[in-house]
Amino acid sequence: MVCESWKTQLDSYLDGELPSEEMHGFDAHVRSCTSCAADALARVQMKRSIQAAGKRFLPRAEFRRRVQQSLAVKPRRGAMGWGWMIPTALLATLLVVGLGVTYIGRQRADQEQHVYSELADLHVATLASSSPVDVVSSDRHTVKPWFQGKIPFTFDLPELQNSEFSLLGGRITYLEQTPGAHLIYKLRKHEISVFIFPATISQNRGDEHLAVTKKLSFNMETWSQGGLWYCILGDVSAADVHELAELLQRSASS
Amino acid sequence: MYVSGTEPQSDTFEELAMPLFDRLYNFAYWLTQNRDETEDLVQETYAKALRGFSSYQPGTNFRAWMYRILRNTFLTSRTGLKATMTVSLDSDENGPEPASVSETPEAILIERSDWQRVQSAIEDLPVASREILLLCEVEEMSYREIAEALSIPMGTVMSRLSRARKMLAERLRR
Repeated sequence: MVCESWKTQLDSYLDGELPSEEMHGFDAHVRSCTSCAADALARVQMKRSIQAAGKRFLPRAEFRRRVQQSLAVKPRRGAMGWGWMIPTALLATLLVVGLGVTYIGRQRADQEQHVYSELADLHVATLASSSPVDVVSSDRHTVKPWFQGKIPFTFDLPELQNSEFSLLGGRITYLEQTPGAHLIYKLRKHEISVFIFPATISQNRGDEHLAVTKKLSFNMETWSQGGLWYCILGDVSAADVHELAELLQRSASS
Repeated sequence: MYVSGTEPQSDTFEELAMPLFDRLYNFAYWLTQNRDETEDLVQETYAKALRGFSSYQPGTNFRAWMYRILRNTFLTSRTGLKATMTVSLDSDENGPEPASVSETPEAILIERSDWQRVQSAIEDLPVASREILLLCEVEEMSYREIAEALSIPMGTVMSRLSRARKMLAERLRR
């Protein structure tokens, strides 16, 4: 191929992604090489066509209004006018402390409920799909390596030979924009989700450890171990959830 | 290229997020290819972003942050699950490369000026290819922004983008 080394960088050049010295070199080359100039022209045409074709869908005005109205609560970042509070600082401090404790408690509860709702949604949506897992295997030595390079951490899975649980497989999932592992286990006819995320995901809520609780009719147990946050969720009994939690805890600490 | 840069700290969520509304909607429609699902996806994205606004780091790229939320929301939606199961987002990293791009598809394109053919060809791409092509060409994001929006390394952005362009050219050649 003519000018092979130039052509391999042609897209980066046209995307403006080459360092400035290389851009200048490329400019000079394209001016003197008809083959690369023709290729660049064709690709620019292609870029323009994609750009024109891609700007295609516009929202309805009514939909835009609806979303805008839903943003009625406007959290403001940074500087706020606290100056007016100075004269009443003492009284306000007492009030703020009292309200703050209540607010933080409520905010945590709201956030916690939101996270559990999302996990329950993930659990249900995954089981409802025609192929709930991306790596289909009951072998932990197949499932665990599948996650390598896909999520920013690794984890251990328990040996299940002497238990009633079986591993069906796993998939990548996201919670609060954080990638994690979603594993599906089977117990009798029930399917159970095990979510594993970096422990940072639970730190703001302070719910690193939660014994088996009933959330949205599912039994659930969460804990943090070795820098990871685990959540087991399923429609099995509380004892079954706890048994699986213990298996995972043992394998994580071994 | 459009660079969103850093945002002033006093901006409210609405002031930052609403100017992106049309673009996010367009991107969401290309992902779902259905109006009702697009509206659900955009609405959920804005609700999630508003709830998580306190965790947004001022000075980082707000646009990439919003696209990342939209894309992650899509991936866990029913349509997203179906799309990614049909063609895994990662399967195309190591898959066979389509034939190299020759001038033929571009020449066909120039001759016919057929943007509808381009739209159909984009629609026909797997989600992973479609989204990266749109972020680069339509949203005019830098490779770094795309890496942030898709939570993938820069190297993967370049290889996935190159592959998406080749696949599009292949479809236009048909």
